[in-house]
Amino acid sequence: MQEKENKLKVGAYWASSCGGCDVALLGLHERILDLLEGADIAFWPAATDFKYEDLKSYKRNELDITFFNGGIRTSENEEIAKLLREKTDLLVAYGSCAHQGGIPGLANMSDKSTVFDTVYRDNPSTYNPEGTVPLERSEFNGGELELPAFNERVKNLEGVVKVDYTVPGCPPPPELTQNFLDLILNDDLPPRGSVVAGEKTVCDECNREWNKKSIDEFHRPQEIEIDLEKCLLDQGIICMGPVTRSGCDASCPEMNLPCKGCFGPPSKVDDQGAEMLNSLASILQIGEEGKALESEENVLANLPDPIGTFYSFSLANSIFGGKVEDGGNNERK
Amino acid sequence: MTGKPRIGVFICHCGENIAGTVDVSSLAEEIIDYEDVTFSTDYEYMCSDPGQNKIKEAIEDEDLTGVVVAACSPSMHEDTFRKVAESAGLNRYQCEIANIREQCSWVHGEDGGSPTKKALKIIKGTVEKVKRNIPMEPVEREHSDKCLVIGGGIAGIQAALDVAEAGNEVILVEKEPTIGGHMAQLSETFPTLDCSQCILTPKMVELNQNLNIELMAYSEVRNVSGYVGNYEVQIERKPTYVDPDACNLCGDCEDVCPVEVRDEFNQGLTTRKAINIPFSQAIPSSYTLDTEACLGLNPLRCSECADACDADAVDFDESSEFVEEEFGAIIAATGYNLYPKEEMGEYGYGKYDDVIDGLQFERLLSATGPTEGEVRRPSDGKVPENVVFIQCSGSRDPENHNSCCSKICCMYTAKHAKLYKENVPDGNAYVFYIDIRAGGKDYEEFIQDVREEDRVLYLKGKVSKLKEIDGKLRVWGLDEISGERVEIDADLVVLAQSIVPSEGASETSQELNLNLGPNGFYKEAHPKLRPVESLTGGVFFAGVGQGPKDIPDSVSQGSGAAAKAIDLLSKPTLSHDPQVVEVEEDLCSGCGICVGQCPYDALEVNSREVAEVNEILCEGCGTCSSGCPTNALSLKNLTDEQLTEMIHATLGD
Repeated sequence: MQEKENKLKVGAYWASSCGGCDVALLGLHERILDLLEGADIAFWPAATDFKYEDLKSYKRNELDITFFNGGIRTSENEEIAKLLREKTDLLVAYGSCAHQGGIPGLANMSDKSTVFDTVYRDNPSTYNPEGTVPLERSEFNGGELELPAFNERVKNLEGVVKVDYTVPGCPPPPELTQNFLDLILNDDLPPRGSVVAGEKTVCDECNREWNKKSIDEFHRPQEIEIDLEKCLLDQGIICMGPVTRSGCDASCPEMNLPCKGCFGPPSKVDDQGAEMLNSLASILQIGEEGKALESEENVLANLPDPIGTFYSFSLANSIFGGKVEDGGNNERK
Repeated sequence: MTGKPRIGVFICHCGENIAGTVDVSSLAEEIIDYEDVTFSTDYEYMCSDPGQNKIKEAIEDEDLTGVVVAACSPSMHEDTFRKVAESAGLNRYQCEIANIREQCSWVHGEDGGSPTKKALKIIKGTVEKVKRNIPMEPVEREHSDKCLVIGGGIAGIQAALDVAEAGNEVILVEKEPTIGGHMAQLSETFPTLDCSQCILTPKMVELNQNLNIELMAYSEVRNVSGYVGNYEVQIERKPTYVDPDACNLCGDCEDVCPVEVRDEFNQGLTTRKAINIPFSQAIPSSYTLDTEACLGLNPLRCSECADACDADAVDFDESSEFVEEEFGAIIAATGYNLYPKEEMGEYGYGKYDDVIDGLQFERLLSATGPTEGEVRRPSDGKVPENVVFIQCSGSRDPENHNSCCSKICCMYTAKHAKLYKENVPDGNAYVFYIDIRAGGKDYEEFIQDVREEDRVLYLKGKVSKLKEIDGKLRVWGLDEISGERVEIDADLVVLAQSIVPSEGASETSQELNLNLGPNGFYKEAHPKLRPVESLTGGVFFAGVGQGPKDIPDSVSQGSGAAAKAIDLLSKPTLSHDPQVVEVEEDLCSGCGICVGQCPYDALEVNSREVAEVNEILCEGCGTCSSGCPTNALSLKNLTDEQLTEMIHATLGD
């Protein structure tokens, strides 16, 4: 055993997320024991019984490193993010939601009241005859109950505090996490602000062969028999590989599924979805009579879910941010 | 660049063109306060000598690092001002034009917004660009100084001779066993009535003897890669099964060959043997064994020719030879065919033996033809007493056949009628025509001579019907001038059959990425100003492949294409504007999206799986850089950073 003073103090936190990132940390399996030899867990609500009071009691930067997963949906998410920022030397956005808002960020296509209606009132499997929705304050048995505020929009972690490192992915593959831990333990980290994954795109790691790189018809993966060797874009399947940072060994395309973009854009791209639309516009073959993409109007008609396709993980971190109401008074990042 | 940028701004009045709308002196006063602008002035005509001197002096005196000339469109004087900047010691790319004329003063009248304010924004944006420009030198590239000529008709022959005379090596590839093309089939040529072979064969011999020219007959271009100056071409030399060096042209093989097939040189009026020489002056002067006609290249089936050959020149074991060559320039002279019989339902073409096309009539008129120059009709060898010539057969008929005018038919029909009348003085010649087009030198006079001296009857109108009745070809038509119906019982009908590009045009266009027009002829880079150039760098056109033309025009175009090729080949290196796209390899994942976008075929994904730009081919259009999903591609001196700063400067106050 190492001397206790030399041990790193590590934290982990889940904000608006599915829990998969916490599982991904455990996905290190026995390697997590190696980590624990050099580190003490100082805060990890998903795995250990720490309270917010414990966190508050830490000195500034007392935690060496915190893995923060999940986006910022509620006032609580935001409060803890700020608290962890204060108490942590290296704050890591861990996983797609902390990185870019992730799947919960797609709710930015709706406002708060629509989200509540959908979740608590209109959902066919929900029994709620009084139409109750969560309230920040409510009377119960003579007392007052308090809930965190539900923000109008989801933000990514960078949207509320400064982030030192990002480990991307939905969830981050164990190899990527392991690699990051090795960099920490060997004191070999890249400059702060880095996304610790590949520097190229999924296409770089993908073994499929591209031929013409042109699309005259869109297909969803379940609609056609996918050729195992050929580029998915060449087969009319929208694959986000060209605009998605490498580091996953092209695991989805290797499994015959198009890349959904969970690693976010490469370093010189600001808006992953917009960049994909831009590239797609370059390779669409529009105008052949009788083909699905006969005209520009047909392009969108043949794309059932454009936001979900191009902004699966990055809507909250995109330039337009989400649905903009008339007048454009929505909260913007 | 070291230190802060020092940008000079020079505002042109362009007389009243700019100064009439834009307050030029206030522009000069305001822009001097803009960051990094250390000098500004305005002048009546910046492009004039005194204007240019102002820029030159300011660069030297004020130690400027960049120049913005606010004036007309860069397509006008960019080069002028860049040369001025160069003469004062700046790199030419450190001078930029802010277009405040076409994009500002001309589009804003007196009540049209605030042209002065807009001009200031345009200038500020350009200052931001020029500050970030990097100095560049032209891209230089080695090139091959060989020229490939595809097609050995008169246009290709002329082009090859001219390029070779200028000292360049030429390979001429001809599909057929001999060069000479259609001109070798002609009897006499309009309007001078020179014997066609007599003026052609010396050129053929000259080509064959020219040490700079390698003739590859019975050969075809199979594969082309590369780009201007550096084309890699694979040529297939098809086997003739006869060693031309050994063959002594005795003709014994031909005599014994048991196979007779249609003779292409005589347009099917006669037959030839499977082993044959197209005509006696053919070059290369050797026999060719046509495998499609031959009984099988197998001594077990037939070896008559090989057995008869005393020179042992016949070799059944010959096979195709593939030659790889590099060329700096390519001249496509692929020629024409006649619009095929199969496509024509009218006029009994292909149905009646005595309805023939113009080239067949040329053979009948030719001293080397099947009738040794006597006009005898194919069916029974009789001398025809009444001959009907039908012009525009398949031409100028967009609804049924070809839309274009074949250009040469008016003249050759007149020549045909004249030669027929000379041959058969008592015969009658009738010409049905839509219009007479005789625009060439001495052409109209020739037509008049045929009409008046040779008493050939010209009937303006189309033939409505043609049918064989009692051994005569009855031709019904309308004479539009008299308004009367015409009925002629003809012994022979000659169709001025429409000209179409040979198969070589579509094959070559695919290999060389050339555009074809609606009638299948090569599309030139500009119909008036670049008529012999293609849009593919280093590829030029000669002859009828580019459009119907007569011999003098084909020869002129052959020389024109040769001049263009010589211009390219004689330069020590290829030089190209350096404003091209560059690849940041660390960002490129080789996804290939850019490759298909490039209209110039300048991009590929190389063996290291990253995009590579051929700087000679790149025209800096930026299509690829906007489509690049990782922003690994950027245009030199028009980077995203520059554009962003230009936008900020333009949109800011």
